[in-house]
Amino acid sequence: MDIDVNELLDEMSRNLAQNLSDAQCENPLFVGVRTGGVWIAQRLHEQLGGDGPSGELNIAFYRDDFSRIGLHPTVEPSNLPFDVNDRNLILVDDILYTGRTIRAAMNEIFDYGRPASIRLVVLVERGGRELPIQADVVGMRLSLKASEHVKLHGPDPLRLELYKAKP
Amino acid sequence: MNIQLDKHGRLKHFLSIEGLRRELLVDILDSAERFAPVGERAVKNVPLLRGKTVVNLFFEPSTRTRSTFELAAKRLSADIMNLNIEASATSKGESLSDTLRTLEAMNCDMFVVRHQNSGAAEFIANQVASHISVINAGDGRHAHPTQAMLDMLTIRRAKQNFEGLVVAIVGDVKHSRVARSEIQALNTLGVAEVRVVGPKTLIPSQVEALGTKVFHQIERGIAGADVVIMLRLQNERMQSALLPSAHEYFQAYGLTERRLKLAASDAIVMHPGPINRGVEIDSAIADGPQSVILQQVSNGIAVRMAVMAMAIGTQAIAGAN
Amino acid sequence: MSLCLSGGRVIDPASNTDKTANLYIDGGRILSIGRPPSGFSPAQTIDVSGQVVCPGFVELSAHLREPGYEYKATIMNECRAAVAGGFTSICCTPDTQPVADNASVVEHIKQHARRARSAKVYCIGALTRGLEGNVLAEMHALKESGCIAVTNGDRAVADTSVLRQALAYAASCELAVILRPLEHWLGREGKMHEGAVSTRLGIPGLPEAEEVIAVSRDLILVEETGVRAHFSRLSSSRSVALITRARRAGVPVTADVALANLLYTDRNVGAYDTNFHFYPPLREAKDRTRLRAAVRKREIEAICGNHEPHDADAKATPFSLSAPGISTFDTFLPALLSLVNRGVCGLSTAIAAVSQAPSEILDLGAGTLASGAPADVCVFDPDLQWAASASNLRSSGKNTPFLNQTLRGRATMTLVGGRVVYSLGS
Repeated sequence: MDIDVNELLDEMSRNLAQNLSDAQCENPLFVGVRTGGVWIAQRLHEQLGGDGPSGELNIAFYRDDFSRIGLHPTVEPSNLPFDVNDRNLILVDDILYTGRTIRAAMNEIFDYGRPASIRLVVLVERGGRELPIQADVVGMRLSLKASEHVKLHGPDPLRLELYKAKP
Repeated sequence: MNIQLDKHGRLKHFLSIEGLRRELLVDILDSAERFAPVGERAVKNVPLLRGKTVVNLFFEPSTRTRSTFELAAKRLSADIMNLNIEASATSKGESLSDTLRTLEAMNCDMFVVRHQNSGAAEFIANQVASHISVINAGDGRHAHPTQAMLDMLTIRRAKQNFEGLVVAIVGDVKHSRVARSEIQALNTLGVAEVRVVGPKTLIPSQVEALGTKVFHQIERGIAGADVVIMLRLQNERMQSALLPSAHEYFQAYGLTERRLKLAASDAIVMHPGPINRGVEIDSAIADGPQSVILQQVSNGIAVRMAVMAMAIGTQAIAGAN
Repeated sequence: MSLCLSGGRVIDPASNTDKTANLYIDGGRILSIGRPPSGFSPAQTIDVSGQVVCPGFVELSAHLREPGYEYKATIMNECRAAVAGGFTSICCTPDTQPVADNASVVEHIKQHARRARSAKVYCIGALTRGLEGNVLAEMHALKESGCIAVTNGDRAVADTSVLRQALAYAASCELAVILRPLEHWLGREGKMHEGAVSTRLGIPGLPEAEEVIAVSRDLILVEETGVRAHFSRLSSSRSVALITRARRAGVPVTADVALANLLYTDRNVGAYDTNFHFYPPLREAKDRTRLRAAVRKREIEAICGNHEPHDADAKATPFSLSAPGISTFDTFLPALLSLVNRGVCGLSTAIAAVSQAPSEILDLGAGTLASGAPADVCVFDPDLQWAASASNLRSSGKNTPFLNQTLRGRATMTLVGGRVVYSLGS
């Protein structure tokens, strides 16, 4: 499958800018979900001309499948190098699927403080939601079977891979 | 076969450093690094072990170790129950096995055990139902592996890696479970040299077999050392014939500014606490720039979180499969 | 009843016999080896070809647990276990509750032993009252009631002056004293041999000096008091050296070693295996080597099992809290044969060390197949393989490292006073 991620990012940043200006939301903070979401967040942050740091979330400690997979091996811990209280956050992830990752990410954000608002931005939205979560800005929508998966490789170049799960 | 590990080599119980591979010790340290920032946030806990029950099973009084395990469990959102067994069941003649059966019936997930007898943690791990993890919080003179690992984390943070380090452990090695676990951890992690320093009355028989060099003079023992670990001297040692007096011990083995100059210029000074100022160590050193004693305490919580999460995680996988 | 055990390999160390021959028994005594006396015709002949026929074993240290610890074992049951293991005489220790420091306890034990109608039971009385090491036991009365010796067992006599008086008094009573050499202060805290293993495991150590000092002290007191003394369960190579030197200097002492100390070292403790918690402790390889040589050269005359049956709870506990000792009656013979198979000593020497020698040490008048001796006989199959399990061990104590292991060698028939008291499979 050949998808130009850069093209998607351009469109996402336009939509996001529109979304923010419609809501009169200024100085938002970017928070990416490790690992793919962090790459997307950085690119959007640059394209919108933002300065200052972006946050990075590693939701390993918030996963709801710990009882099945144990302590997940992760490289870097979460890092939110700013006070989230009363700020507008833009939460960025690569793929929105069941919604469980976003649930975990929001839980973790609230353990750092009480933001004024959270917007969700995803590169790919696919069906299969298990929680009432939807994105505010979406790069592309895919209709995939449960056996089909999409994965973002990066950071440079960013590349989407579509594959079938091994039976 | 090491009963601490499952068949894939994952940590199931944490009883002793002995028999654990270097990679596993490094995993524990790396995990601890990931848990460390949790304590610096507004909300100082993560929901990782929500719904799990940890029992602090203390057969020997301890405030410090018990409370750091308690805090670690709470930061992982586990429920924790403190049981001071010395004051309850066993004094009524209930056997250790009976106590364990009773606790198992309460559907606990982890026992954090401290016991006055060496090997008690292994014994308990062998006795309990297979879904329960056991963490050794100190058994007799045998092992105190979480203390050793928090010391390793402290050393790694100060020195970056273990290669080439000369580490001197000074004091009552004979009665010290901390020293035994530290010696094993340091050798597993590949330091250049582990020295034990103390009078013959406080150095155990054939300790060289554990991979140490023995020194009876502190000046020679800490010469050039990168890390100096001072052990706590229990008061009861003074009442036996092991030492003449606290005063004389400080004269002969206390860490003073003059003696610390013999160690490497960037040497760090450690102590498992609580410190006997003026017995093991001069106050000026304990509070001085080379002391990392307070870092040890905060590292202790992160290491215990890591070990608890790893062990309960291993059991969770076993339960799911 | 008269009997012929036919076609077995008869080993009688006392008469230097080791040959395939018939053994004739009549009136509870040995009649002859080889040819029957003229005109003798046995009422029964039992074919024991392919098996070894030897004097029944004599156990110098059996803890029968009764009175007081019947939840661990009873005299009745242990006597039956003993004969199933090839033992025909067992000397029971005074560490009962109450302690066997008076005639009534001794009488109680003897009564129960008679009811068992199996092994011969000899009582060893207490050296001090309550084994407490303060006041002398009534040794004269103990002797009158049938005690063959006195001992303080594993309880050290801390006060050397009490020990000296006790030995002197025992000498006047013409009672043999069994000494388990132990220096009280050095032996107070330890739970295993002090060395690299105890250091690694963090278990308080019993220094070798604990035993060696006691052997030196006891030898001086034995020489001074002239008491007939036997040293029980030496564990250290230096103790062996002291004993042999004393004997060369003319002090008439004897000694035994526990089978466990010939089989194992402190490394067997492994990861706190309570079945390797022994008293005296298992020591180092050099000690085991020296003890084995001493048995081979007969510097140590006897091997004892030191039968210590325990209830399961006594071992299901952290090492230092566990009770020392193992149950040995059932597995003693295969363990002894494993030493022979490893070349530690010859079969005849091994048999002598567990029959003739202990009998002579305590003057029991057994331990031989000489004509006229009591017909206390063990017949065993040295090659019979069997799996030791909790259900087939006859002792109440299942506390043995051999549990669930395959063993080689088993007693097939035991005779006490010419009567078959045990026969495998019946």
